[in-house]
Amino acid sequence: MVSRVFDLYDELEKQRIMLSFKGDLSSDLVTSLLGLIERKMELIEPDHRVRKRVFNVVMECLQNLYHHNARVSVKDGEKVRTEEPQGVVMIAHDDRGYSVLTGNFMASDEVKGLKAHLDRINGCEPEQLRELYKETLSDGRFSRVGGGGLGIIDIARKSGRKLEYGFVPLDNENAFFSLNVNVTA
Amino acid sequence: MASIHIDGSPKTPTVSFDESTGQLELKGRSIPENSIEFYKPLIDWIDKYARDPKPRTSLRVQLEYFNTSSSKCILDLFKKLELVRSSGNEVTVLWHYEQDDEDMLEAGEDYQAIINIPFKMIQIEEVDGTK
Repeated sequence: MVSRVFDLYDELEKQRIMLSFKGDLSSDLVTSLLGLIERKMELIEPDHRVRKRVFNVVMECLQNLYHHNARVSVKDGEKVRTEEPQGVVMIAHDDRGYSVLTGNFMASDEVKGLKAHLDRINGCEPEQLRELYKETLSDGRFSRVGGGGLGIIDIARKSGRKLEYGFVPLDNENAFFSLNVNVTA
Repeated sequence: MASIHIDGSPKTPTVSFDESTGQLELKGRSIPENSIEFYKPLIDWIDKYARDPKPRTSLRVQLEYFNTSSSKCILDLFKKLELVRSSGNEVTVLWHYEQDDEDMLEAGEDYQAIINIPFKMIQIEEVDGTK
């Protein structure tokens, strides 16, 4: 493994990753990562609006990781759901702008719904996205974690670009969800 | 009933709800993971306040950032204030945004479109919140 450290570093460097984290995500760690990103953005990004948009996207993405993580196992024929705030986040910066990449585990049977939500968002023009946001905000539903489906709509609004995503099936019950959000000036 | 004063933290805003003047304020950042936990006492407070409100109530919102989980809670605060207004009292929301932050201005306009309370959009240089 020790021989791989440089390769890992080199790969992160090539991908222009300015921050990467993989592991358990606690509330305190979310705060620390946000603080780190905020200070770094102040140093490298002169455009205040871009700084705020990147911060907003990172904040929503980290909270998605914090809230939406499930590993499903089958015990005695019953599906058992364990919440594990585990995930990976990487923030890349190159000449074109910023990419916020996240990955987390999820239950396979929720993939279809999430994909439909993402496709609907990607099919919206900015004004339609704003209407969808207002509609979702005012429909009075609260999800378990309070956001009620607003998070990804907000991420798409702040990004201004189409969301890139993928699902990797792991076994019958679990999948891995990856999301790439671009933020450009 | 007692007024509410809560100091801000890196993830939660400074709150000042003054019962004697009808001046309410949210300032700083609202990005907690569990917004309902933070906002429930505030929503309950306005619910009580609505029973015997001041003739004039204002809510100053001066946020640098808020997350989507807070956005539903903030909407609930506004909805409680709608009740204060519909019983014949004057209610105003003073929505502040930093000068180049059109996203925050849009967020205010989005609420304005949903809520039946007059909004005043106020441009400021910078939110002097907590970091």
